[in-house]
Amino acid sequence: MDHPFAITLDVGSSLNNQTGSWRVSRPVYLDRLPPCNNACPAGENIQEWLFHAESGDYETAWRALTKNNPLPACMGRVCYHPCEDACNRITVDSAVGINSVERFLGDEAIKKGWKFDKPATETGKKVLVIGAGPSGLSAAYHLRRLGHSVTIRDAGPKAGGMMRFGIPSYRLPRDVLDAEIQRIVDMGVEIKLDSHVANVLQAKTEGKFDAVFLAVGAHIGKHTNIPAGAAAKIVDAVSVLRSMEGGEKPLLGRRVVIYGGGNTALDVARTAKRLGATESIIVYRRNREKMPAHDFELEEALEEGVVMKWLSTIKRFDDDGKLTVEKMKLDETGWPQPTGEYETLEADSVVLALGQDVDLSLLDGVPGLVINKGVVEVNKQMMTGAAGIFAGGDMVPSERTVTVGIGHGKKAARNIDAWLKGETYDAAPKHDLAVADNLNTWYYTDAPHTVRPTLDMVRRQSTFEEVVKGLDETNALYEARRCLSCGNCFECDNCYGVCPDNAVIKLGPGKRFKFNYDYCKGCGICASECPCGAIKMVAEDI
Amino acid sequence: MNNILDLEPTQKLKFYQKGTFTVGNRLVSEEERAVQSSMGRSNSINCGHRGCRGCGEALGARFAVDAAMRACDNNLVVVNATGCLEVFSTPYPESAWQVAWVHSLFGNAAAVATGVAAAYRVKGRKEVRVMAQGGDGGTTDIGLGCLSGMFERNDDVMYICYDNEAYMNTGVQRSSATPPAARTATTDAVGPEPGNVFGTGKSVARIAMAHRIPYVATATVADLHDLERKVIKSMSIHGARYIHINVPCPLGWGAQSHDTIRLARLAVETGIFPVYEGEYGKVTESRKIRDRQPVEAFLKPQRRFAHLFKKPNDPRIAQIQAIADANIAEFDLIAKEDQE
Repeated sequence: MDHPFAITLDVGSSLNNQTGSWRVSRPVYLDRLPPCNNACPAGENIQEWLFHAESGDYETAWRALTKNNPLPACMGRVCYHPCEDACNRITVDSAVGINSVERFLGDEAIKKGWKFDKPATETGKKVLVIGAGPSGLSAAYHLRRLGHSVTIRDAGPKAGGMMRFGIPSYRLPRDVLDAEIQRIVDMGVEIKLDSHVANVLQAKTEGKFDAVFLAVGAHIGKHTNIPAGAAAKIVDAVSVLRSMEGGEKPLLGRRVVIYGGGNTALDVARTAKRLGATESIIVYRRNREKMPAHDFELEEALEEGVVMKWLSTIKRFDDDGKLTVEKMKLDETGWPQPTGEYETLEADSVVLALGQDVDLSLLDGVPGLVINKGVVEVNKQMMTGAAGIFAGGDMVPSERTVTVGIGHGKKAARNIDAWLKGETYDAAPKHDLAVADNLNTWYYTDAPHTVRPTLDMVRRQSTFEEVVKGLDETNALYEARRCLSCGNCFECDNCYGVCPDNAVIKLGPGKRFKFNYDYCKGCGICASECPCGAIKMVAEDI
Repeated sequence: MNNILDLEPTQKLKFYQKGTFTVGNRLVSEEERAVQSSMGRSNSINCGHRGCRGCGEALGARFAVDAAMRACDNNLVVVNATGCLEVFSTPYPESAWQVAWVHSLFGNAAAVATGVAAAYRVKGRKEVRVMAQGGDGGTTDIGLGCLSGMFERNDDVMYICYDNEAYMNTGVQRSSATPPAARTATTDAVGPEPGNVFGTGKSVARIAMAHRIPYVATATVADLHDLERKVIKSMSIHGARYIHINVPCPLGWGAQSHDTIRLARLAVETGIFPVYEGEYGKVTESRKIRDRQPVEAFLKPQRRFAHLFKKPNDPRIAQIQAIADANIAEFDLIAKEDQE
């Protein structure tokens, strides 16, 4: 009884009152899959590398990026960035310029001479990669990281595949490509050039390889039968772009007509302009909406003076340079139908950009291997019907882009690695997608997209200098910091700050937070006010 | 702490990075992060208090008292008027307060705080600072006489009112801070003029300014950086100071518990609750609206206003909009660059 006068109870604390028992739903931290990562054909963890770039730690960012893609400087130039189309920031102002930050990191790595680590242990297994394009290089890189010995054989005089012989240098400067290939070679990957593989089984046996990855690409330009005079110059787009890499530039004349509506047609049209053509006209049988080429490439081509002839097909090309085209109209299914109306154009040459086929001659007589519609069938593990022979890139059924090729290379490498161990590779299950509705965008400042400067028009039409320039450090950092970190905690302390019950425990930098369920009443303010949607409310079993 | 004071009160934050308006941010310096982001914050009102799920007042109190504690190196005495905050935090013998804390009567918190400040002055304890706090009932109704006296004598006390717009603790009865048309237990949504009357309103912040005291401010739980800055600035001043904080009440307003901060934000963004500060009787700054919303955005999520939406185009919504518009004009709540 040593209490003061009129006091009968000891001093108590509210901690005796465990208000967690009031709860009907509980907050739970989770990681959701950012839409950019989900959309990336190369499987990059974009949100992760942007997180490091935001604090200016570019080397860590680059190392995080290259866990999935060994060619960021190339990809930062030629990728069609489906990540940006998926970006949730579109609902706030405009998409984060992921592609331009990737390019900045890639260029920074070349400038600073950052290298890939050699594998810690050697497995002693030998893998043959056929084709030194994006898919083959990617597979070689990933296989080498896993400790396998890798040899790439390519029929061409230089490595890079379609990145070198298909993409014009104004989009991908060759010194950038060379630097990124050299970095893969420096890991201990052997590249044999001018080394055509005539028979894959023979090459495998002779070289004592344990597995093969086929990535020969699609290098044969498709043709169509156009009635033409004997002197009329008709060439295909792939040959034109390939000969740009040789000593003798293709002679296309002053008036060039390109037939087709894909990105390759635009590449040739823009190349023709740079070679001195006064007229560079693309003839395409459908309209702009139906055109498979990317919109920004069309925009850049139009800015450079390329002319589009929509809804037209080529009927005849005479010796005197008269090109007859027929007007088309789209039927209800969106397919072009002839109208019987004709007109005449003047042309020195016609370039066919109608798609490409794969040279499959090296696969003759491989037992079990299935070819369907000119491409090789593969299973979920990227393996062909022949055991130990995998394939990827343009020679398997898929969208034909550099990014898809790089993704195939990675996927195939993981599966080849598992196969060599006698296992099957299982990808980890994906998290739920972080959609815009999960975000509380109030907490983000408005900051519009940094547009990369484009080369001034006159220089663009006459030279093969790079059209789209890069970001510098300041605006790359700015752009990286526009990332909303969709679905992944970036430790903004909001949940810790806004809990009325002091029931969020901050664990310190890099360690995130945890809930104190003894006192959490389940109000849900943390989940509502989480900017990036990394908390969800789950009903309690009552 | 000086860095917080150096920030212009209404500056547009241009860090150009995610999380600029968030509690903390790994990319900015420690000084620029809110007190609430600190692992060493005082947690003046601790876990286990009996405030309702999603209580805005408990949140506002921790924001304000933690910031005041930081500003005076924890040499703080808090006098608390009777009301929700006192009842849910301190049912004898338990208390959630981790600060020197005195419970006064419903209406005399300002007078008790004056006495506490006088006692420390007499004892020569210059380092000890005093604050008083209460709800809108204890401030705008019952305690107004004592509060006015404290202002008029310019006693060295910071008084904070947590305004949840009714007597919530006793069962949601109307106070002089209850907004027009709001349904409470004593202003039922029946008859020709359902809900609270469209009176002339009572702004204690403006009453305080009429006393020409050194510092007056309004704030909300939706803008933590603004709230903390005002408390810390107020603590740097001696004399009578008054801060009026809007704290949504899920129970009394008939709102979802997870909408507490959203509603406080909408009160600001609609112009219904103007956020400003003044010195010696003059308004010096107002917080600009970032994304202006019609008043319906604020009214609709609350059941106390549900009767306004029973039939389309209730004219009272336009009346409430007119009040918000008048606030926007009076306190200059739209930034120049946003005025087209």
